Amino acid sequence: MDFSLSPEVIEFRDEIRSIVREFVTPEIADRMHTTGVFDAPELNLELGRRGILERACPGLGKGDPIEMYVMFNELEKAGAPYDGLAVALMIAAVVNKLGTDEQKERIIPSIISGEALVCMGYSEADFGSDVASIKTRAVKDGDEWVINGSKMWTTLAQVAEWLILLTRTDLDLPKHKGLTMFILPMNTRGITVEPVHTLGTEITNATWYDDVRVGDEAVLGGENNGWRTMTTVLAFERGVMGGTNAGVPLLRHFHEWAVANGVFGEPTTRERMARSVIDMQVATLLTMRSAWIASSGGMPGLEGSMTKVFAVEAYQRASRWTQATAGPAGLLQFHEDGAAGEGFVEYDARHSPVMSIYGGTTEINRNNIAERHLGLPKSR
Amino acid sequence: MSVDLGLSPDQESIAELFDGFFTNEAPPSVARAAEPLGFDRDLWNKVIELGAPGMGSAVEAGGGGASLGDLVVVAETVGRSIAPIPLIDHLAALSLLTDADLVAGDAIAAVAVRPADSNGVWSLVPTGAVADVVVGVDGDDTVVVRSTPPLSGPRNHGSMPLANRSAREGTRTVLGPASMFDVVLDRWKLLTAGALVGIADAAMALGVAYVKEREQFGVPVGSFQAVQHGLADLPVAIDGGRLLTHKAAWALDTVTDGRIDWANNDITDGSTLATMALLFAADAAVMATDRSLHYHGGYGFAEEYDIQMYYRRARGWSLILDDPTSVSLSLADRLFGKVGG
Repeated sequence: MDFSLSPEVIEFRDEIRSIVREFVTPEIADRMHTTGVFDAPELNLELGRRGILERACPGLGKGDPIEMYVMFNELEKAGAPYDGLAVALMIAAVVNKLGTDEQKERIIPSIISGEALVCMGYSEADFGSDVASIKTRAVKDGDEWVINGSKMWTTLAQVAEWLILLTRTDLDLPKHKGLTMFILPMNTRGITVEPVHTLGTEITNATWYDDVRVGDEAVLGGENNGWRTMTTVLAFERGVMGGTNAGVPLLRHFHEWAVANGVFGEPTTRERMARSVIDMQVATLLTMRSAWIASSGGMPGLEGSMTKVFAVEAYQRASRWTQATAGPAGLLQFHEDGAAGEGFVEYDARHSPVMSIYGGTTEINRNNIAERHLGLPKSR
Repeated sequence: MSVDLGLSPDQESIAELFDGFFTNEAPPSVARAAEPLGFDRDLWNKVIELGAPGMGSAVEAGGGGASLGDLVVVAETVGRSIAPIPLIDHLAALSLLTDADLVAGDAIAAVAVRPADSNGVWSLVPTGAVADVVVGVDGDDTVVVRSTPPLSGPRNHGSMPLANRSAREGTRTVLGPASMFDVVLDRWKLLTAGALVGIADAAMALGVAYVKEREQFGVPVGSFQAVQHGLADLPVAIDGGRLLTHKAAWALDTVTDGRIDWANNDITDGSTLATMALLFAADAAVMATDRSLHYHGGYGFAEEYDIQMYYRRARGWSLILDDPTSVSLSLADRLFGKVGG
C-alpha cells in the first residue's frame, strides 16, 4: 500500500492550510456557536474563487479525486464550520452524476463558486431511519408537480439557496420504489421554515410544503428513482465528507488545557490520550479508504458505513473521557473563566451525540455491515 | 507516489500462496496437536521449502528481499492459521542477522522483546524454547547469543514456546549499542500486529459461519439483531487494524524523516506507527475472539471447538511484550514528549 500524497495533492493541501489559517479565526468559530449556523460564507467564497471547490468535487474535479477527502480532512482538523460546504458539495457531485445537462448548468456553478448552500429534506416527523416510508407527496398536475407535506432536520434551510426533497410519487409501488427526489430553489412559493434548537448549538429546522409547484426540471435522478438518488448522496456523506476526525481539534484543545494546568502528567490521562490518537489515525485511514475507492470509480457505501461506525464512536469516547478528566472545568462553556479547552471540552460533549444519529444511525450502519458484508439474514 | 490502499498483485499472490499452504498443511488440528509447546518441526521444515524464513533478508545474503508490506501480508496468514511455527519472531530477528543457516531457516532465531535482567537473563522469550539464536538487549548493548534451546518451557495461555534464555552463556556477539535493537523491535511489533489482524479475521469468520448454521427458536442465531451488531463491529476493527499495520510497514519501508504531528493527525514515523498498530490490532483480536467465542454459546467454551485456541493466542501474542498500559505510556512519551521533559 502507498499512503503518500502526490506532490500535486500536497500542494493542494498546503493551499487549503493557508486559507484555513487566514479564514478560520476564533471569531468565525465563535460566530458559528452564537448563530447556530455552521457555515462560513467568506471561507466558502475564497475556496470557490480559487477553484478549490470545483477541483475537489467528485466527478468534476480535474485533480486527484482524493483531494475531496484532503479538503474536508483539513477543514475538520482545523475546527472550521464546514457543514454547509459539505452538504453543498455532496449535492453538486450528485447533480453531476445523476442530473440532466440543464440541471448541471443551472445548479452546479452556484455551488462550486461557494455562493449557494443546499439543504436536505429526507426525514419527517414520523420517519427517520425508516426514511423509505416518508409521506410527503408529489403529484403530477399537467406539466407541473404539486408537493405537499413536511420535513424534519432540514439543517441550513434558513440560509440555503437549494433544497433537495425526497417525496412519494407512486403509492402503488413498494415503499423504496415509489420515491422521487427533487431539487428546487428554497425561495419557491409554499415553503415555510421553522427553527429547531439543538443540544449541540446548531439550529436545524422543520419545513412545510404547501402546494409547492415545480416542473420536471426539478426532478433529480428520474421519477420513482429517489431511493437510488438518496443512496448515492449517502455514499458520499458517510465518511468521505468530514465527520470522521472531529476528535482531533478536541484532543488539541484538551491537551493545551491539561498542559497549562499541570495535569498532563497523569498516566491515566496519557494512556487515554494515546489511545484516542490511535483511534483518530484509524478513523482517518478508514476515511481515506472510502475516498480511495471513490477515486477509483467505486461507490464506498459499505466502507462508508464502516468508517462512520468507527469514527463516531471514537469521537464519542474521546468527548466522554476528556470531559470526565477535566472534572468541573469540563462543565464550563465558551468564554467562562477556567473552561477546559476554552469551552470545547463541554461543547464536544454536547455535540458528539448527534454524530451517531445523522446520516444513518450506527444501528442502520451495523445492519448494512451485517447483511452486506457478513452475509447475515435481514433482521427487519 | 500517490495513495493506493489495495494490496499489490504480488502481495495478492503471496496471500493466496500462504493462505493456501496453511489451509492444507496447518489446519487448526495441527496447532492443537502441537500444544502445549506450540511448535511443529515438520511444519517449520515445510515452510523452509517455501523460502519463508529468509523472505525479508537481503538478496545478497541469500534472502528474498521482500518489503515489510509483503511480510505483513505473510504475518496475517500466520495469524489466520495460528500455525505453530515461529515465523514472526524469526523474520523480525533477521532484520539484524544474516547468518546463512538463519536465512535458510535451518536454525531458528528469537527476539528477546524485553531487556535482560541484571543477571543477564531474558525472561519468557517468545520462541525461546526452540530458538538456536536469540537477539536482544543486555545492559547498553544489543547482543546475539547462540546456544542450545531447552525444547520445553512453561505451559502458557497462548501455547507459545516461551523460555528464559541467557544473554551471556553460549556464543555471544555484541552487535552494537542498545538502540540498534529498535529496528528488530519495530519489526516484531509490526509483524505481530499483522498476525493479530489475522487472528481477528479468522475468529470473525468462525463466528459468522457458526451463527449462520446454529439454530435456536427455529431460526439461525445470526438472524438476531443483537448478535449481528456484535459481529458487525469486527470487520471495522479488522480493516482499521490492517490499514494501520500497512501504514506502519509503508513508513518503515519508505519514510526516512517521519512526522509525529498528532495535533494534526499527521503521523508518518514508522516506529510510532508500529506501536500504534500493535495496540490497535491487539484490541481488535481480543474483541473478535471474545465476541466470536460468546456467539458460539456453550460450545465456544468447550475445548473441542477451535475458537478457544484463537481466544488464547489473541491474548498470548499481544501480552508477551508487556501490559498494554505500559506500551501505551511509552507511546505517549513518543507522541507528547516525556513527563516534565
